[in-house]
Amino acid sequence: MVEGNTIWSRTRLFFEEAGGMVYFTSRFFREVFKPPFEFKELLRQCYYMGNKSLLLVAVTGFILGLVFTLQSRPTLMEFGAESWMPSMVSISIVREIGPVIIALICAGRIGSGIGAELGSMRVTEQIDAMEVSGTNPFKYLVVTRIVATTLMLPLLIIVGDAIALFGSAIIENLKGEVSFLLYFNQVFDALRFADVIPATVKSFFFGFAIGLVGCYKGYYCTNGTVGVGEASNAAVVYTSMLLFVIDFIAVFVTDIFFG
Amino acid sequence: MMENNSGNKVPILEIKDLKKSFKDNSVLNGFNLNLYKGENLVVMGKSGSGKSVMIKCLVGLMQADSGTIRIKEQDIEILGREELDLLRTHIGFLFQGSALYDSMTVRENLEFPLRRHKKELHLKQDTEVLVREALKNVGLEDTLDLMPSELSGGMQRRIALARALILKPEIILYDEPTTGLDPITSKEIIQLMRNIQATYNTSSLIITHDMDCARVISNRMILLVDGVNYAEGTYSELSRSKDPKVQAFFKN
Repeated sequence: MVEGNTIWSRTRLFFEEAGGMVYFTSRFFREVFKPPFEFKELLRQCYYMGNKSLLLVAVTGFILGLVFTLQSRPTLMEFGAESWMPSMVSISIVREIGPVIIALICAGRIGSGIGAELGSMRVTEQIDAMEVSGTNPFKYLVVTRIVATTLMLPLLIIVGDAIALFGSAIIENLKGEVSFLLYFNQVFDALRFADVIPATVKSFFFGFAIGLVGCYKGYYCTNGTVGVGEASNAAVVYTSMLLFVIDFIAVFVTDIFFG
Repeated sequence: MMENNSGNKVPILEIKDLKKSFKDNSVLNGFNLNLYKGENLVVMGKSGSGKSVMIKCLVGLMQADSGTIRIKEQDIEILGREELDLLRTHIGFLFQGSALYDSMTVRENLEFPLRRHKKELHLKQDTEVLVREALKNVGLEDTLDLMPSELSGGMQRRIALARALILKPEIILYDEPTTGLDPITSKEIIQLMRNIQATYNTSSLIITHDMDCARVISNRMILLVDGVNYAEGTYSELSRSKDPKVQAFFKN
């Protein structure tokens, strides 16, 4: 009986959460095109999310490129296929590994930050204070953050991919004596629009998911400071799961159109 | 005083038969209130008696289950988002925890309500002048570029009061204005509230359980017990009451 209740309450909670998220998303689309527009806050958020995440993304991308190349080299050498290294690395990183890893890093860096910031604003009544001062807090806090993550994540992913390829080129240059010019010639020969465009399009969805879940968890935060921690944690966990779901759908759709 | 055609006083803020419950817990069971122009009305009640719920229903932060709330003769339940936002500019709200935006400086905190509503309210002065005037009213002109975290609790409360005043509202709602402050700072805040009322002829609704605050500032008091108006009158009338429930407030 207890188990039945638990399953029932968890199922109910899941559907409540899903319903809340759908309502939140629909409210975002209702508000985003309606004036007044908070351009100043949008730019501030873009700067905060883009600029302040750049170093983390750059380091992650660089190490990703180094490690991926180091790990793949021996296997390719066994088959005498080390000349395929630039093509393999570039396609893997641009199509899949780069966007997913960088989005996961940003879910931790940006998503948890949004969840914690809005959560603490909620429990200290700052969101209520905005509301009673006649400002729409949803527009000021939520819309700007979701638009900023949607715009900034593709840029961060492009930068991260480029740095990952640069890291890979360094290993190839040191271990395989391949010049940077030759390496990047092979990279651009291997990459097609069918690799770059779907990856870029899906990175917009990744950014949207990070902003949406972070804002949703933070905006409806309850239970004081404990709730803030929970909102921040839930923002990362839910976003990470959602990123893989979006990735699966994106790969599926890409396969239909470009496969 | 606002008067209708028949010469009767019209309240600037009116609550009729307000009911609100959370699941099985009934908090407000038909609360009534009239606040008139230039009046300081204190609502007292024990912790958990629904004072904060009432004040949140009043500004549309919470939805009441039933009842009517009219502010400046407008029923807030039927107002759209933009109309409600515009009405809210006539109301200043001092939150219990000050609720200053902690990512903004004092200047930005005070400018925040102005950026959207300055034109609508026909405030012709420059934003900088309005900000400095509001800070001068609370005696903190030098804090302009400080962050809220650099201010003491009492200073934060004063800045929050300055922010509540910046749009020159007709009604000010105070949610526990002296809670968490030492007795000296409490007295300073109470004095500040009196000065503001005298300068701007605002109508104030004060939620408190600080009897000193009630004694000094109230023109009239309502005691909220079990979600209804239990007793109503001036401080001296209520303090002479023989009712044990009323006496309990004054003994404490």
